[in-house]
Amino acid sequence: MSAAAADVATKVEKPPAIPHGWPRQRILGYALVCMWIAFLAGIAAYLIVAWNGELFAKYAPSYVTGLGVTLLLVAISIVLGAILSVPIAYARMSKNRFLSGLAYAYVYFFRGTPLLAQTFLVYYGVGSFRPQLDMIGLWGFFREAFNCAIFAFSLNTAAYQAEILRGAIESVPRGQWEGAASLGLHKLQTMWKIILPQALIVALRPYGNEIILMIKGSAIVAIITVYDLMGITKLTYSRTFDFQSYVWAAIIYLIIVETLRHAVEWIERRITIHLQR
Amino acid sequence: MQSVWTLLSWGPEGWLDDIAYGVFITVSLAAATLPLGLVIGFLVALAKQSNEPSLRLAGNIYTTIFRGLPELLTLFIIFYGAQIGIQQLMRLYDPTAAVEVNAFVSGMIALGVVFSSYASEVFLSAFRAIPKGQYEGGYSVGLSGWQTMRLVVLPQLIRIALPGLANLWLILLKDTALVSAIGLTDILRQAGVAARVTKHAFLFFGVAALIYLLLAIISSFGINAIERAVGRQQVQR
Repeated sequence: MSAAAADVATKVEKPPAIPHGWPRQRILGYALVCMWIAFLAGIAAYLIVAWNGELFAKYAPSYVTGLGVTLLLVAISIVLGAILSVPIAYARMSKNRFLSGLAYAYVYFFRGTPLLAQTFLVYYGVGSFRPQLDMIGLWGFFREAFNCAIFAFSLNTAAYQAEILRGAIESVPRGQWEGAASLGLHKLQTMWKIILPQALIVALRPYGNEIILMIKGSAIVAIITVYDLMGITKLTYSRTFDFQSYVWAAIIYLIIVETLRHAVEWIERRITIHLQR
Repeated sequence: MQSVWTLLSWGPEGWLDDIAYGVFITVSLAAATLPLGLVIGFLVALAKQSNEPSLRLAGNIYTTIFRGLPELLTLFIIFYGAQIGIQQLMRLYDPTAAVEVNAFVSGMIALGVVFSSYASEVFLSAFRAIPKGQYEGGYSVGLSGWQTMRLVVLPQLIRIALPGLANLWLILLKDTALVSAIGLTDILRQAGVAARVTKHAFLFFGVAALIYLLLAIISSFGINAIERAVGRQQVQR
């Protein structure tokens, strides 16, 4: 009996052997990696060949200022958006139909339309309300392209951040609220001491993504004549017709985004140590 | 002072026909980018889930670069870079050659690579959600690798990846607004021209924003229909 079974077993087709040597995938993979290396080396070679000390001395300081403008713009917008997102998230979660509908419409509008269109709407459209703005003394504020960008970006990111906040708070189980209530904590205490610490762990990654999206999105202010990193790049290119201006900007943006991404991952590893088993 | 309704009418007096042309450009750009981005994204995802470390590395470099660059910068680099590159190549044969790169094609490529780098992540997580037993099952009934992919894995993959891809489509629709910066006459550019001529900037940019909103709403109806259709298939199985 066992001999027959062994006989059957030997007739069964064996699974394919694990490939050794140079299977097709490995050849393709090495070819692609070599292409990337050639591409990156090509860019490095181009930057060395196209190196122009005079040009660098003239424009490098403005790149640094441009980077500062980008970071300032993003920092202010993110902070203002975070402040603004709290009442929006609250309204979105409220049982009042009218209030939650209003918050939903706000979020839907700002998430459903391009940031560029919103920025144009503020920057060019605000001129239509000049008499009214003059009356309340805000015209001076909106005359600056930088302020218009901050206004539009803050409203935009507030919508996204409100959704992040709402999602994070709703991800905390109801039992946590009930447990806190049974211990006699009132709502605000519960929120501050029990719900938020748990919600922010969930929210960390989306918040990091939102900051990265803002940094990338902030490049569009170059179109409305703000001299951020992208604006300086455009200006340099239009003056010198030297393509390396774009390559430098790309390198700077890549470094910022990658640094941020790794920082968020590091923080996430640190604050979830107690959850790992 | 013309009335708002005259400005928004169809014909030589109003601007509705110009804006409608912009809508046509925006929608066709997004529709042309989608298949390009999906195909590249799928191939990159295949590379990133392969057992071969070199293929994974190549895929990850692609994603890192195109996810880290601002979309506008990618667009400019491709638009101006392609122009300079092709011009240099043409100069080898004909020193007087002047090349003009098509803004539509540049926009398609730039938005396509950005879309594909995000889509590859969506596909990758969908690949990870499919158990290994599915591949082994495909092998055990005698399907080839390609047949397993086409008949067993892909139908499940699409169902899992659909919500993520739908989200990317909405982002793509919004990102097409950037091509107005390289001179393509999309919704935003037409609205900008109208605003400059008529001095009714708030009106026209507001209309442009509402059109984008409308496109997003129409898209979500379409996405819901697709999801329902795909879900029904699952029930029949």
